[in-house]
Amino acid sequence: MDVKKYIESGILELYVAGALSEKENEEVFKIMLQYPEVQEEVLKIESSIVALTSAASPSDSKHLFSAVKSKLGLDNNHPGTIPLKRTRPSWIAYTGWAAALVIGFTLWWTVNEINLLKEQIQVVETNNELMEEQIEKANSDLAEAKNLITVLRNKDIITVPLEGQAVSPDAYAKVYWNKKAGNIYLDAQGLPEPPRGKVYQVWSLKLTPLSPTSLGTIDDFKTDDNKIFTIPNPNDSEAFGITLEPTGGSETPTMEQLFTIGIVESAS
Amino acid sequence: MISWGVRSLILIPKLRSVKLSMEISALVIKFQQKDAKAFESLYSMYSESMHGVIYNIVRDNDIAQEVLQDVFMKAWHNADSYSPKKGRFFTWLLNIARNAAIDKTRSKEFKNSKKNLDSQFFVNILETEENYSRTTDAIGVKSFVKKLATKCTEIIELLYFKGLTQKETSETLNMPIGTVKTRNRNCINELRQMLGVQ
Repeated sequence: MDVKKYIESGILELYVAGALSEKENEEVFKIMLQYPEVQEEVLKIESSIVALTSAASPSDSKHLFSAVKSKLGLDNNHPGTIPLKRTRPSWIAYTGWAAALVIGFTLWWTVNEINLLKEQIQVVETNNELMEEQIEKANSDLAEAKNLITVLRNKDIITVPLEGQAVSPDAYAKVYWNKKAGNIYLDAQGLPEPPRGKVYQVWSLKLTPLSPTSLGTIDDFKTDDNKIFTIPNPNDSEAFGITLEPTGGSETPTMEQLFTIGIVESAS
Repeated sequence: MISWGVRSLILIPKLRSVKLSMEISALVIKFQQKDAKAFESLYSMYSESMHGVIYNIVRDNDIAQEVLQDVFMKAWHNADSYSPKKGRFFTWLLNIARNAAIDKTRSKEFKNSKKNLDSQFFVNILETEENYSRTTDAIGVKSFVKKLATKCTEIIELLYFKGLTQKETSETLNMPIGTVKTRNRNCINELRQMLGVQ
C-alpha cells in the first residue's frame, strides 16, 4: 500500500470527524495498526481538531468535572470506583466458574450418555443376531414345510393311515409312500414318546403270508421337531406297522408292543 | 555518542506521537474499567473541545455547560459501548456531544427561548463574540480562522461541528465526495501549519 497516497487522500480527516461508514472506520483502524505513520497522522489531525473546537468554547469547563463526578457518585476519594472495580472482575469470575461447572457437568453427562448408548447398541446388536438366527431357522423351517407339501401333493404318493392298537389305542401315524421313488414319509406325531432304552421300529409287511421286513428304527424321535421321518422302502409293502423295541431294534417285531398298523388300500 | 544523539533526535517526533497514542488507549481502557482518575484525565483532554462543539450548536453558555455535563455522564455510563475498532475515542465523544446538543435544540424549553440558530457558524464565535478561551492555541486558531477562506470554514463547520457524513457534506456543498476529502485535507493542513502540528 502507498501510505503517503493514503494519507494524502484526506480519508483520515474524515475518520477523525466521524464522517465515514462503520466499514470504512474498521478499515482505517486496521491500517493504523499496520502503519505507525498513519496512526501518527491521525493523532496530529485529532489534536488540531481538538484545538480548533476548543477555541469555540465560551468558558472554562474544567471546574464542571466536580459536578459530573458528584452526579455520578465518584467524589470523596472516588468511593464509587472501588466497588465498581470489584464488581466487574467478581462478576466475570462467577460467570467463569458457572460456565466451568456447566461445561463440566455437560461433559460428564455426555460421557455417561455415550456409555449408555454404547450399551444400548450392544443389546440391539445381540437382539439382531438372535433375530437373524430365528429368521434363518424360520426360513429353513419354511423350506422344509414347502418340501413336505410338494411331497404330499405328489400324485405318486399313497397315503396309509396307521391305527392305534391294544398297547396304545390313542396312538396313530401316517405313512406317505412314494412307490416310484422307493421311500416312505412317516408322520409319527401321534405316537407317545418312547420310554428310555426303547425305540420305535418301522416294519413293512406282507399279509399272505404275514412276513415283516424291518425298515429301521427311529433313533431321533425325541429330537425331531416335526416327527416326520424319511425312510427308504424298496419293498412291495401291503401294510406298515410300528412296534416298540429295545434300542438297536429287533430281528422280528415284538407283537405285544405293536403300537400302530395300517394296510395299503390298493393291496386289500 | 554523536550518532546516538542524532538518531534519537530523528526518532523523537514519531516516538512522542506513538507514546501519546498508547497513553490515550491506556486511559480509555482504564476509563472503561470505571477508573475515575482516567475519566478525569480524558475529561481534561477533551472537555474544552466538546464544550466548543456544544456551544456552537446551542449558543447559550448555561445550556452548553449543562449539556457538557450530560455528555460526560453519558460517556461514563455507556463506556462499554466504545470500541477502538469503531473509531477514535475523541470521535466517539464528539458524536455523543453533537447528538446531545442537537437533541437539546429540539426540546420544548429550548424552542420556547426562540433562539435563531440558522445562520450561526463557529466562525462567528471566533470572529465576533468575546472569547474567554485561555489557551494559546485558541488565539492561534482565531487568527487562522480570520485568514481562512469561506470554503474552508464551511467544510469544517459541517464535518466537525455539525457531524455530517461525507455524503451529506458533499450533497450540502454540492460537490463530489473526492473534492470534499481533498478540500478538507487542505484546510486541516493549513490549520496544522498554523498550530505547528506537522
